[in-house]
Amino acid sequence: MPVSEHEVLVLTERFDLPNSASIDTYLGHDGYQALEKSLKQMTPESILEELKRSNLRGRGGAGFPTGMKWGFVPKESPKPKYIVCNADESEPGTCKDRLLMEKDPHQLIEGILIAGIVVGSHQGYIYVRGEYRYLLEILDRALEEAYARGYLGKNILGTGFDFELATHTGAGAYECGEESALLESLEGKRGIPRIRPPFPAVVGLYGGPTVLNNVETFSAVPAILRNGGEWYAQLGTPRNGGTRLFVLSGHVNRPGVYELPMGFPLRKMIEEVGGGILDGKKVKAVIPGGSSTPVLTADALDTPMDFDSVAKAGSMLGSGAVIMMHEDTCMVKVALRLMQFYAHESCGWCIPCREGTDWLSKTLHRFHSGGGRDEDIGLVEHLAKNMLGRTFCPLGDAAAMPMISFVQKFREEFEMHLSGRPCPFESKQEPATASR
Amino acid sequence: MQFSAQLEDKLKKLMRNYPIKRSSLIPMLLFVQDEQGFLRKETIAEIAGRLELTIPQVEETISYYSMLRKKPAGKYHLQVCTNISCLLRGGEELFEHARKKLSLAPGETTPDKLFSLEEVECIGACAWAPAIQVNYQFHHELTPERFDQLIGELQRSRA
Repeated sequence: MPVSEHEVLVLTERFDLPNSASIDTYLGHDGYQALEKSLKQMTPESILEELKRSNLRGRGGAGFPTGMKWGFVPKESPKPKYIVCNADESEPGTCKDRLLMEKDPHQLIEGILIAGIVVGSHQGYIYVRGEYRYLLEILDRALEEAYARGYLGKNILGTGFDFELATHTGAGAYECGEESALLESLEGKRGIPRIRPPFPAVVGLYGGPTVLNNVETFSAVPAILRNGGEWYAQLGTPRNGGTRLFVLSGHVNRPGVYELPMGFPLRKMIEEVGGGILDGKKVKAVIPGGSSTPVLTADALDTPMDFDSVAKAGSMLGSGAVIMMHEDTCMVKVALRLMQFYAHESCGWCIPCREGTDWLSKTLHRFHSGGGRDEDIGLVEHLAKNMLGRTFCPLGDAAAMPMISFVQKFREEFEMHLSGRPCPFESKQEPATASR
Repeated sequence: MQFSAQLEDKLKKLMRNYPIKRSSLIPMLLFVQDEQGFLRKETIAEIAGRLELTIPQVEETISYYSMLRKKPAGKYHLQVCTNISCLLRGGEELFEHARKKLSLAPGETTPDKLFSLEEVECIGACAWAPAIQVNYQFHHELTPERFDQLIGELQRSRA
């Protein structure tokens, strides 16, 4: 049952079934049919065509067309090819992959297998963040079931196709959600990003061509192959196929994970799906795609939530994590907390990111504690702008872009904190939990 | 050095997953830490030996990952998220409450070794904020009152 009448259940269709994670439930509800079809009726080329038609774009954050990404993997390779699932869900605001693995692990396994068929890979890994230990157990159980029933291992479904799949746990590092740092981590090293090109599709895990996608991306593949790319594309908006698991959090009455069509209007998402803003207050700001995406103000509420429309509104759809902030929120405080996060998580490899996040965090801390100087507003912007595009991986940009948006869109709030004045929001700020 | 039979079995299976030995390092460190509570010098040397790595290679890896530790934590390691989604739902107040309730500064352990406290970054429970993890267990939508209840339950469960 959808939680909201607006939900369109594709990836979450089986979530409410009893024992939804078990292979028997999965097999009883279309499970592994797309795999069988892929192996027996389709070719790697026709699968890729179907994916391209679906307009499926990467759900990790970048929104890169999945069919195109898989198409970059060279056909012939002297080194083995790999499929890696990024289950290092760590973007603040995001808790959707967690449910996909908890409730329907076989859907994910099937999606990964199909990627293996397309690019000719015989080994995959699911890199799960260390904090999600309970999921490692659920996934390992699902893998065991899939091996026992012949959906993994040698000669799958008697077709001669072999595929091995294993889980791998991280141990606490946001940076390892970045594709090249994840590969380093999977090789047992510090999660330091690699320079690109070459991209992982050509030189990835152990130097072999590697397909790397988010949990939600792989999980969408079986339904696309069962029902057709055209069907999936039409669920969304042009160039933005399908549904998306949106995570609503912050100052909203019904926070949760909701599967909605791509392009669902932001206002309707807040008011009708999320039940409006807490205590009937006004919305002041919305972060539309996880903490690394620029903040939007109340005048952007008519934005359709797809990759292209959110980009046009000056932000990014990112991981689909929509974070609402009401009128009593101190934006300097939010900016400070996020920068402390990036300063903590910067791996330290690239100096603009390591130094920039640290200086920004210190400057914002001074600001919020009442020690801000007039020139500090410009300093925050200057520091952030000088990080952009100057790092191996997007973490530097992810810290800088939202910061620039905070200063530009809420400049008056920064000014309110100047010259020793206490935070004007501190007295108003009642923890939301106290009123519930 | 020998670990428990169950852990040895788990590690043997782990190493079969990869074409190179070093890939096992991070899960191996974490699984061993789960059994031993923290990573001792001898354990680090043992793991380095098994994976044909130098001790500095293992040390530099440990120092990178926030969940790997070289000092013991409490039996119940309380990790309170104060990142944005939890912050907006009272995560910071919850953390302050936890500090007072347990008389602990971040990173400290109670004298009876029962509780340790840490402020952590996003744990992936944003829609059910504020949230904490006790070891690997998630606790969602906590209030100070429910936090106290949880602490009481954990104290009783020791007895």
